[in-house]
Amino acid sequence: MARKPAPVPAEPVKPRTLFDKIWDAHVVERRDDGSCLIYIDRHLVHEVTSPQAFEGLRANGRRVRRPDLTIAVADHNVPTSNRAAGIDDEESRIQVETLEANVREFGVPYFAMDDVRQGIVHIIGPEQGLTLPGTTIVCGDSHTSTHGAFGALAFGIGTSEVEHVLATQTLIQQPAKNMRVTIDGDLPPGVTAKDLILAIIGNIGTAGGTGHVIEYAGRAIRNLSMEGRMTVCNMSIEAGARAGLIAPDETTFRYLEGRPHAPKGGAWQVALGLWRRLPSDKDAVYDREIVIPVADIPPQLTWGTSPQDVVPITGVVPNPDDAPDEDRRSAWKRSLDYMGLQPGTRMTDVRIDKAFIGSCTNGRIEDLREVAAIARAAVARGRKVADHVHAMIVPGSGLVKEEAEREGLDKVFIEAGFDWREPGCSMCLAMNADKLKPGERCASTSNRNFEGRQGRGGRTHLVSPGMAAAAAIAGTFADVRDFR
Amino acid sequence: MAHRSRISGTALVLRGNDIDTDRIIPARFLKGVSFAGLEAHVFADERSALRARSRMHPFDDAQRRGARILVVNKNFGCGSSREHAPQALQRWGIAAVVGESFGDIFAGNSVAIGMPCLRVSERDAALLQEAVEADGARTFAVDLEEKTIRSGNLVVPVDLSDGARAQLLEGTWDATAVLLAAGPQIEKTAARLPYLNGWA
Repeated sequence: MARKPAPVPAEPVKPRTLFDKIWDAHVVERRDDGSCLIYIDRHLVHEVTSPQAFEGLRANGRRVRRPDLTIAVADHNVPTSNRAAGIDDEESRIQVETLEANVREFGVPYFAMDDVRQGIVHIIGPEQGLTLPGTTIVCGDSHTSTHGAFGALAFGIGTSEVEHVLATQTLIQQPAKNMRVTIDGDLPPGVTAKDLILAIIGNIGTAGGTGHVIEYAGRAIRNLSMEGRMTVCNMSIEAGARAGLIAPDETTFRYLEGRPHAPKGGAWQVALGLWRRLPSDKDAVYDREIVIPVADIPPQLTWGTSPQDVVPITGVVPNPDDAPDEDRRSAWKRSLDYMGLQPGTRMTDVRIDKAFIGSCTNGRIEDLREVAAIARAAVARGRKVADHVHAMIVPGSGLVKEEAEREGLDKVFIEAGFDWREPGCSMCLAMNADKLKPGERCASTSNRNFEGRQGRGGRTHLVSPGMAAAAAIAGTFADVRDFR
Repeated sequence: MAHRSRISGTALVLRGNDIDTDRIIPARFLKGVSFAGLEAHVFADERSALRARSRMHPFDDAQRRGARILVVNKNFGCGSSREHAPQALQRWGIAAVVGESFGDIFAGNSVAIGMPCLRVSERDAALLQEAVEADGARTFAVDLEEKTIRSGNLVVPVDLSDGARAQLLEGTWDATAVLLAAGPQIEKTAARLPYLNGWA
């Protein structure tokens, strides 16, 4: 095989991006063909994409090379109600039991279904301080991009790669190109990180970031909380980018300090010193730069079956005759047909059947507080979730649930007619019992409005948590700014 | 694992941009603990939706059942990282996917199971799709050494990263090769990463 040893690192003269710095630090070997073998600091494992990988290890007589850098949790198949009864669906139950048998056999740390730390893998990594700036993080799950909010290089991989990382703690990767999306200005009241990332995807398209890592920058990003930054980075994959990144800053450090796996004492000070040197150098060059003026976007939602099919809540269902090209025209027609929508219909006239609040995009405490604010305001005006709507709230983890209940949010939800449930991926992808029936329309805080994503024939509109709550109460999509 | 340099056979066209991995294999088929049998469910929902309207999905066309090369358009395999998508296609019989562009994770997963995703220009994708649809028996040959797809007089250049091409040609996408060649280097890298060494 054509290989050469990694060159001795010279004093860096070329200004580097945040991505370049993390990449360079983790290169085990550069190959003649341009690919690199990179070291993985943290491997998150869930039940859906790992059974064949563990089976592969077993077949080859291999062990997990660094169980101490690996953490497993079941999230996709877990029930979100009556958890004590176990998992009803046989296939789902076997998949979770298989994970449990594998973590025992290979000595991988695991948060069981009855552990308060159990939750969606991308919620619990940050929560436990397992997600740290400057690290490389992978998981057999495309929304691993979420962890980029901490300035970690985090991306989704397939099952063969999961096996590869379990066995070697490395991956062969093609270096990504650098892309920067700068969003200056301030978000208006009622407009959230979710609206921002939907607007970005609407702008650059679902292939806009292909081959790139997107670094998000600018005042609107800096002013986001860690929860908001995670929402933005989470949907980088919907913009085609395998990973999103936000430079770590004081907001990041405040979030991390004191978390169970974050460094402590002297180590914390050393870590801070390293993390402060991570942000991109001033003169770093990006392969692609996009600047989005954000000053006055209204709340956003999707109308079609691609995350790039975005309209403002003040807008209407678009007409395929107005599509920018022939490809889009046929895609829009297909979407309208699937979604059961007529061009020109005002989005606020579109009636919903379900609302789903949760997922690795919007299942964190800040999201639930946003929903509670809308619910409280509604109850104060004598309103509740519309009679024809079933509105589920699924916290992202047991700890998010515990915190929400400590703050009394569960009582607000229940009083306003929401269904308050146990943590998991739930109806984001309908692998457990939570799913849409054919033709049902859902206001969803998740990340994908693909055909059949929330259940066969189900119709998904992506929205922020506040927008989902407003739609649940109005019974049709509604402008959350009228509900505050 | 065996190396891949030449893939030939008949072809199948699936038109449209942004065909996501949820469409290729819906999530409810991801509950197994092995990939066996996934081929039965490739494009399950859109195939049954078309059948209900008395229309035929290309994957239901009996004349195309032996196809080994799938010709697609832009951003094929975007979305979820599920390896089940390329696994389902490969187990159905597809050995190479040719298209204008691919989702990054899908393309990586495909290489990892020895199924190349080859990029062609928009014009060449249209040429190939017309040629395939005109004659179901026509055979095409992908050559990774010379980076072409050929059929009779038709010769179309294809592109893939040098890294992916090398892995396919050398059959070196598996962990054994890496561990044999880079084991000590892996430990050297681990030894210099502060996260793994108590921040010392």
